[in-house]
Amino acid sequence: MNESASTDPALRTEALEQLLTERGLVSPEVVDGFVAKYERDVGPMIGARVVARAWTDPAYKARLLADAVPAIQEVAWGGGANGEHIVVVENTAAEHHVVVCTLCSCYPWPVLGLPPSWYKEPAYRARVVREPRAVLREMGMELPPEVRVTVHDSSAEVRWLVLPRRPEGTADHTEEQLAALVTRDAMVGVATVTA
Amino acid sequence: MEVTIPGVSDLGGTRGHHRVPVPDPAEPPFAAWWESRAFALAAFAMGRISGRNLDAFRLTLDRLPRDRYFDDGYFGRWLHAAERMLVESAILAPGAVTARARRLAGETVVEPAAPEPAKPDYAATGPGSLRTVDTPPAFAPGGCVRPVRGLRLPGYLRGRLGVVEAVRPAHVLPDTHAVFAGEHPQHVYTVSFTSRELYGSGECFTVTAELFESYLESA
Repeated sequence: MNESASTDPALRTEALEQLLTERGLVSPEVVDGFVAKYERDVGPMIGARVVARAWTDPAYKARLLADAVPAIQEVAWGGGANGEHIVVVENTAAEHHVVVCTLCSCYPWPVLGLPPSWYKEPAYRARVVREPRAVLREMGMELPPEVRVTVHDSSAEVRWLVLPRRPEGTADHTEEQLAALVTRDAMVGVATVTA
Repeated sequence: MEVTIPGVSDLGGTRGHHRVPVPDPAEPPFAAWWESRAFALAAFAMGRISGRNLDAFRLTLDRLPRDRYFDDGYFGRWLHAAERMLVESAILAPGAVTARARRLAGETVVEPAAPEPAKPDYAATGPGSLRTVDTPPAFAPGGCVRPVRGLRLPGYLRGRLGVVEAVRPAHVLPDTHAVFAGEHPQHVYTVSFTSRELYGSGECFTVTAELFESYLESA
């Protein structure tokens, strides 16, 4: 028995794709197309455009915070898997929101794409609901003690998007310039946006 | 069929974990080529090919042995869960993937014959998981509740006193949907918990979670 051949996930993946392809259940081209969608088309640049619009248009921001999915759809496609009902929460000088899924790695795919590796780490999933300030500090974000912290555990189908604080010194930035500053990590609540 | 509380996936609040790495903003969606293929194959397998659903996929992930869940990372557990669902629906014979992997590694292996597919007798009543229900919500914002049971109830919240923050749209109930016993949509509530209620000491903060109506009792 070749133990490594049967346990290597790369070989098992190749084996599974061959078996399903031979049965006519998938085709490599369809797999390619699905992968390309999540490598190129669906990602945090969508959420960044939503955030930049909210920073520059108070009426849009109000709509976004009240009912996020229609507001997201004003900017980009915003429905579908892992994003049927999205709630946006705003980080301020007084309130900080951070998102996790302790049971798996549920994440708002339509606006942020696939989750980054740290979001899927057992350490993040376990610890951010027990010691969020310590976890954020390890990740490079120090919160002042007076800031109220709320951790959102995406345990059902509701998905959360954080509206980060607009950085200082960006008063004359266009919406497009602002969108370029917004990071995936800031929209999950583990980083600040800097100019 | 009653499904019991979460298994291997229920990590919230558990101890003994290492530090969380500093994020790399330029990290690509897939760390390796096989991860992207496993992602797509699992996505197709969970619905169209196996005739199962997303809740069944999550339950399958939750029931993986620890090594299958943790050792190959996120897309590794997707791969292992997809393979199990395909075997359960008799799309693949048990051992078929192992046999093919060993052949790919150059061994001479007899592969099992493809079985007669046996998909679950189940069809979704609509796309996605949002549904409408006719009954009014049993709980209102501001109400005190205690989650007591439920497939998607994180263990660290069970029995803890929480406050209803919002009533969300009704969703398909994973507890029955995952085992093909009907969608039984229910109201979903965002419930908040104080860190003091959850842990008694340590950092001061709030946790929110979305919980189905049948998970909750008035408190």
